Amino acid sequence: MSGANESYDPKEVAALSPDVLQAAVQKAREEFDSAADLDALAAIKPAHLGDRSPLLQARREIGALPPQARSEAGKRVNEAQALVKAAFDERRSRLQVERDERVLREEGVDVTLPWDRAPRGARHPLTTLSERIADVFTGMGYEVAEGPELEAEWFNFDALNFKKDHPARTMQDTFYVGEPDSGLVLRTHTSPVQIRALLERDLPVYVVCPGRTFRTDELDATHTPVFHQVEGLAIDKGLTMAHLKGTLDAFAKAMFGDEARIRLRPSFFPFTEPSAEPDVWFAEKKGGPGWVEWGGCGMVNPNVLRACGIDPDVYSGFAFGMGLERTLQFRNGIPDMRDMVEGDVRFTLPFGTEA
Amino acid sequence: MRIPVSWLVQQLELTEDHRGITATEIAEAFIRVGLEVEEVSPLGPVSGPVVVGRVAQIEELTGFKKPIRFCTVEIGESDNDSADAADSAAEGPETTQIVCGATNFVEGDLVVVALPGAVLPGDFTISERKTYGRVSRGMICSAAELGLGDDHAGILVLPVEDDIAPGDDAADLLGLTDTVIELSLTPDRGYCLSMRGLARELACALDVGFIDPAAIEVPAADAASVPVTLADPTACSRFAVRRVTGVDPTAPTPWHIRRTLMLAGIRSISLAVDITNFVMLELGQPMHAFDTARVRGGLTVRRARAGEKLTTLDDAERALDPDDVVITDDSGPISLAGVMGGASTEVRSDSTDILLEAAIWDPATIARAVRRHKLPSEAARRYERVVDPALPPVALERAARLLREYGEGSIQPGRTDVGTPTAPDPVVMAMDLPDRVAGARYARGVTAARLQQIGCRVEVGAAEDGTPVVTAYPPSWRGDLGQPADLVEEVLRLQGYETIPLELPTAPAGTGLTAAQRRRRRVSRTLAEHGYVEVLPFPFVSAGVWDAFGLSADDVRRRTLPVRNPLEAERDQLATTLLPGLLDILVRNGSRGARDLALFHIGQVVLPRADAPPVPDVPVTGRPDDEQLARLAAALPAQPVHVAVVLAGNRQRPGWWGAGEQAGWADAVQAARVVAEAAGVELTVSADALAPWHPGRCARLSVGGFPVGHAGELHPNVVEALGLPKRTCAMELDLDLLPLRELRPVPKVSPYPPVLLDVALVVPDEVPAAEVTDTLRDGGGELLEELSLFDVFTGAQVGEGKRSLAYSLRFRAPDRTLTVEEATAARDAAVSAAAEQHGAALRG
Repeated sequence: MSGANESYDPKEVAALSPDVLQAAVQKAREEFDSAADLDALAAIKPAHLGDRSPLLQARREIGALPPQARSEAGKRVNEAQALVKAAFDERRSRLQVERDERVLREEGVDVTLPWDRAPRGARHPLTTLSERIADVFTGMGYEVAEGPELEAEWFNFDALNFKKDHPARTMQDTFYVGEPDSGLVLRTHTSPVQIRALLERDLPVYVVCPGRTFRTDELDATHTPVFHQVEGLAIDKGLTMAHLKGTLDAFAKAMFGDEARIRLRPSFFPFTEPSAEPDVWFAEKKGGPGWVEWGGCGMVNPNVLRACGIDPDVYSGFAFGMGLERTLQFRNGIPDMRDMVEGDVRFTLPFGTEA
Repeated sequence: MRIPVSWLVQQLELTEDHRGITATEIAEAFIRVGLEVEEVSPLGPVSGPVVVGRVAQIEELTGFKKPIRFCTVEIGESDNDSADAADSAAEGPETTQIVCGATNFVEGDLVVVALPGAVLPGDFTISERKTYGRVSRGMICSAAELGLGDDHAGILVLPVEDDIAPGDDAADLLGLTDTVIELSLTPDRGYCLSMRGLARELACALDVGFIDPAAIEVPAADAASVPVTLADPTACSRFAVRRVTGVDPTAPTPWHIRRTLMLAGIRSISLAVDITNFVMLELGQPMHAFDTARVRGGLTVRRARAGEKLTTLDDAERALDPDDVVITDDSGPISLAGVMGGASTEVRSDSTDILLEAAIWDPATIARAVRRHKLPSEAARRYERVVDPALPPVALERAARLLREYGEGSIQPGRTDVGTPTAPDPVVMAMDLPDRVAGARYARGVTAARLQQIGCRVEVGAAEDGTPVVTAYPPSWRGDLGQPADLVEEVLRLQGYETIPLELPTAPAGTGLTAAQRRRRRVSRTLAEHGYVEVLPFPFVSAGVWDAFGLSADDVRRRTLPVRNPLEAERDQLATTLLPGLLDILVRNGSRGARDLALFHIGQVVLPRADAPPVPDVPVTGRPDDEQLARLAAALPAQPVHVAVVLAGNRQRPGWWGAGEQAGWADAVQAARVVAEAAGVELTVSADALAPWHPGRCARLSVGGFPVGHAGELHPNVVEALGLPKRTCAMELDLDLLPLRELRPVPKVSPYPPVLLDVALVVPDEVPAAEVTDTLRDGGGELLEELSLFDVFTGAQVGEGKRSLAYSLRFRAPDRTLTVEEATAARDAAVSAAAEQHGAALRG
């Protein structure tokens, strides 16, 4: 091997010498590192990796070497070129990361700016409360029954065992409609739907009837002439007052939580006998937990069953009814019922689509 | 009904367990058996020296704006220990001086005096003070100041009675440690409108014995009193009178009767009238006292005749109705039976000969008379319910004895008592029915015992099949007990509802909400999600709103039903459209400063039929037959569920992003499209001109070729007339007219790429875009997957009377990649169809 070296062209040997190659590598590194951005890097790339770069020019000289020296020189050039390429790639990667970071930084916005271009809508809490109640009862197997708001007195009173001229009828503060003795009233309760359900459906009947009702009460903080009730009716064989209590208890717990419970006070309604007024134990009652009056209920009066052609010796059942305004009022702590009636969007909007 | 506790407990055989029972415990006992307690009001409280005084001397002070008296009042015998009795003599009565602003007393009257140091209700401490230039050492009290009631009219003057003397402790005498309970009674418990009924209920609730105040010995009527003719037995089942003569017209009403009336809220009138009211409160039998000297001839009970008039005790002349029941003498009607007596025969300050009347009237007749004459009275309140038909002779006896005792009257022998009161029918009930209704097991004998407790006579027997039955003979005062269920309630309420267990019934599997109910929820939710706020307006409108709406005279929406007794006289019609109510609420929100408003309402409207038949009179004894039900249904107006929206202000708000967007007719039409989409039906929009909409901006909404509603901008005149924000828009459609869509069509989704092509068509102005769209859709054939109108352009380039509609069309084949040539052919077919049907030209 040593003999071959003697034929080296000293000029050519210089271009491929390790020192020269290392210097070229070093220079490339320094220039790459000093490139400020990707464009600058791209601009100097040909000077170190292009056809006219020192390393490619050196590679061209390899052919001039004696055969036994070519392999070593080629290896040296390759190594040098790999180092330059690596330096380039490293610098480019770093500059790309820097550029990406800068772009993202520059695209930054004030995410706290508002974007409420389209006004929001909302459903009335009485609607959603009524749906919630319907859902509780459909979950128990009940169906939802409905009826007209302008009713025949026969449905609103007669069939519900309100005797003509009895004080119970005048107690209802009825809106009378049409000519005198027209027999038409705005329904004073959702109870006429009981009669419609019993006339239209096959037994057994388990229905819940939410709806709008009317009484001649002046509008104030606790009264409104147009209000909403929900009525429940179950007629089956062997239904008892224990079933009524159990149903109301389940209803109360569904509406007001597990702590809620029910007690009944004896009362009077023409269409139930025995009759009762339920109180619900409400943990979040204003001023501390306590009993809150919650509608009326009772065992369906046999006279009502008879008016619907149902044999009271075979079938029995219970009915109950609650005011939705009142329920919403104490459940959500709304001091003034007028807020539910007047339609001010500021009242309704916070409820969104669920009460 | 307001009643003092002391009066109730005196009829109870309280046991050791109940000694010292409090008013609150009594109120709770009432609530437990079903009597609603409105208020428990302790009298007083007073403390310190409150004594009976005798007004010895009255000096009228002058020079003040109102009458002021300086009174010397005797307050007992002189007491040597008295420190400030400087001006009282060592012997004789002790006196004090009091300045008083009331004038309803005279020298010699007994009054109640609160002396310095006394504390009256409201923490009102009495002290010596200088006023009106004198030193006042105490106060002469009114009933209200003593916490005895609401009567502020003048001071309380006590009757002169043997056991009332100056210096007596007044708190004791007045019973100021008592409590008044106010009950709100349900209409079924007429008998509870008396001390007798309430004490009986209390006895049942506490399970103690009861002393019936009506259990007094009534001598047999040995002769008739004044002759009475009962001409209409349907109006009156019993009529009894008794005469007491020689009554001292100046005799005062004794204090205990006055106090009872005062606490019940009844004014003291005269001894005779006070006694009739007292007996009514005590027994529940309303009574009337006639001045016998002013009655002409015998009495007749009959219906009034048309044209007859009666001046009642309140000095009002009343035109009588043939349905009214009157008591007449030879002069004509002298009393509106069961409601109010007449002025001509009333007891006056010179009346000595008193004719006491007690009767049983038909409840429905009395109820109608009260409503007709707007004359509620204590008597009518009892007669409208049920009065114990056994009471009239008892009440007469009781009242006559009181008149004799306090008025020195002489009870005349003889009593007229006509009519045939009926006893309640016995009720037969299976012995275990209360258990079966309650879902509880009661101890043996409970049912019979409870029924006996409320006054029933009870027989226990067996039915034909051997099962035990109980036959209850309701007492005379319980005419409300007519069927086994009524007996069941008595047993259950007295046993206590709290003893009934909780059980959850198992309903059969339900089918959930109906399609219509689900759709209604969906529509409501969708509108809310599109920015609409739900409101719940009342259905009452004024007929004038239709003029503001610009409806023609024969517009069907004017055909409304009136409310006969509206709360607001002006708003007395039931709305045939939801818009008036919604617009009211829009205005209200506007007046409170809201600008951008989008409201919706879903609700029933009332659409009367042109020739609606009258509501038939259907019995309630059994299920109505199909014909009766059909007539009931036909008599009711149609009441479809409508959905409506109103909009004003911005639909898109302005902000840092740029300008806002005014709500317009298109938003209203879009609301209908959103509703249709939620309902799963295809909506067709066409031009219309219907009030109250702007004639050029009114869309008719149709489904399946059938009109279901309208949408658009309101007519400027309507906006002006109703004070609405400019360019208010509205939509209303009949939800019930939309067919129910249970299953929506499922599209076939092609995985192949589409071909997108645009066309611009120049069409005459009058051709609606919707029609061009429909034609293109039909002409494009099955390959046309979707088309959308993306530009509408008018201008010189397209020519006068024309506009350019630019569509983008998306073509796609279900089974292959569509070529541009195929798509172009389909587009050309669509354009040709538009050219043919609407004169559309492809814009170059």
